[in-house]
Amino acid sequence: MSIHLHNIAKHFGTTQALEPINLDIHAGELVGLLGPSGSGKTTLLRIIAGLENADRTAQPSKILFGDRDVTNVHVRDRRIGFVFQHYALFRHMSVYDNVAFGLTVLSRKRRPNSGEIRARVFRLLEMVKLEHLANRYPAQLSGGQQQRVSLARALAVEPEVLLLDEPFGALDAKVRQELRRWLRHLHDEFNFTSVFVTHDQEEALELSDRVVVMSNGRIEQIDTPDELYREPKNRFVFEFLGDVNHLEGKVTNGVLTCGDAYWHVDLPDGHEELLLRPHEVRLTEQPTSESHLPVTITAISPVGAEVRVELEADWLAQPWLATVRHTDFEHLALRRGQRLFAHPRHWRRFPKAESKATEQSRVA
Amino acid sequence: MSQLASWRTGSTRVLPGFGLSMGISVLFISLVLLLPITGLFGQLAELSFAEYWAIITEGRVVASYMVTIGAAAVAAIINAIFGLLLAWVLVRYDFPGKRLLDALMDLPFALPTAVAGITLATLYASSGWMGGLLEPLGFQVAYTWVGIALAMAFTSIPFVVRTVQPVLEDMPVEVDEAAMSLGATDGVAFRRVILPHIWPALVTGTGLAFVRSLGEFGAIIFIAGNMPYETEITALMIFVKLQEYDYAGASAIASVVLFVSLALLLAINIWQGRFVRRLHGGKG
Repeated sequence: MSIHLHNIAKHFGTTQALEPINLDIHAGELVGLLGPSGSGKTTLLRIIAGLENADRTAQPSKILFGDRDVTNVHVRDRRIGFVFQHYALFRHMSVYDNVAFGLTVLSRKRRPNSGEIRARVFRLLEMVKLEHLANRYPAQLSGGQQQRVSLARALAVEPEVLLLDEPFGALDAKVRQELRRWLRHLHDEFNFTSVFVTHDQEEALELSDRVVVMSNGRIEQIDTPDELYREPKNRFVFEFLGDVNHLEGKVTNGVLTCGDAYWHVDLPDGHEELLLRPHEVRLTEQPTSESHLPVTITAISPVGAEVRVELEADWLAQPWLATVRHTDFEHLALRRGQRLFAHPRHWRRFPKAESKATEQSRVA
Repeated sequence: MSQLASWRTGSTRVLPGFGLSMGISVLFISLVLLLPITGLFGQLAELSFAEYWAIITEGRVVASYMVTIGAAAVAAIINAIFGLLLAWVLVRYDFPGKRLLDALMDLPFALPTAVAGITLATLYASSGWMGGLLEPLGFQVAYTWVGIALAMAFTSIPFVVRTVQPVLEDMPVEVDEAAMSLGATDGVAFRRVILPHIWPALVTGTGLAFVRSLGEFGAIIFIAGNMPYETEITALMIFVKLQEYDYAGASAIASVVLFVSLALLLAINIWQGRFVRRLHGGKG
């Protein structure tokens, strides 16, 4: 079931939570709404669900599920499944009763008979691998199990659209990883349309078919994770999708200088701010004719496949972060307090006036 | 078991001050609670069981039980309904004057009960504002059991509001929203999701209000009219005995009120404990 949003805006009192937004989500898509807190992503999700109403403006807003206009349809009749960050399970009901709730509140005409309900609930519990806990109460389950119950509960009513509000936000890293993979699998298998909210860029990039990046109630960019990472439309998107190092200075005759550091760049004269990712910084013991960026190592942390190195220098306003492969790390014999030279491999700039990014690669 | 074992072996506790705080608590309870109750039973010792039975089953006293329990039950039901409504309004909605209304909830506790009683009596007497309005319509409030129930409801409503309020605050709005997103109508969501959640608190609050009403005196006697067999409450019977210097008789009736209240409180406590354990996964 596709979702079509037209001219959706929202005010809370005098603050604008959402600027008028248009958004199309295709049938069967898994879309992530990504943004910092206060960017309006949860508000947008709640408006899709019908838990919140869009502003009534001169230009009418519209929400369509497929061809069905649900703009003025109450949440209970929208046929959505909603998963809350803190599960929102019914604490006085067993796991079984929680999952069966949506079926037992159906009007007598549409309600399946009790045998059918039982079969359906157990099929769902099997799917979330919790059939052995059917008689437990929510308080007796771990956070990950509770969120799986909440998902099974939402799916019991066979929704056309599944909406998830930071579904894995309250869980620890490992469980989060597992549930993410499992949700992706579930989505592909059942082929419903899903929208989820997250502030975790890794989660959004890993899980979504397309990501909607939001800030300050605006949509900044809608793209596939791959395109989003490769071609961020603006500085906000670039900075939000990962760690960023800033290099600010004055360019004269193709040389950017900043304190005692300098670097040859192919840019016209003027004040410039260049941005680079941690993996785009190379470290060597000697400067080159191209660049002279002396830095001191202040912290080293070996995380996963790479070593994260924090760098400081007089000419830097904020410390830099560089990621180094383990082999290079051993080769350079890096240690705290060591003085090295940084060489940007690749950088981007987002001039304030134009939104188009400039980027340049350099074979290093 | 493990607690008992550590008690015996005398292993040290991590939390300090157990001996001192427990000692002071027990001393305080003994002085303020247990000593007077012991005194009460001391008085009872002057009576044989036959005498005791005769006093507590005397017609006028039994009639007073009926009036008291009946009016207290009506007051408790009224409080359960309106207390829940007030708590709901105070928790779920924002409106100007909310803090004032919240503060007003405690007024019946703060106000001397006699003041409340005189105020209600003046208001609902046939010459009063409300009484003057209701009397032509055939409702008599003052000097009937309706007045007694009204006075009881007035003095005990904070019990319901103040026990339900924190539980409602504790209940996330998302639970309500989840029920609606699953297709529940407002009524079904309230009956199957919200009410079970606040049920223990509501029963406790109503129970406390009921028990409090059983012993209320000051607020009621002014509005009750105090006609034997009709609008005499049990607390008044105790007072009457005292005025006749019949201390043993007063103690006998008082002991009945005490037992009923105690049994009720205990029952509520045990029942609630069972409920809470389920909500907190067998650990509470």
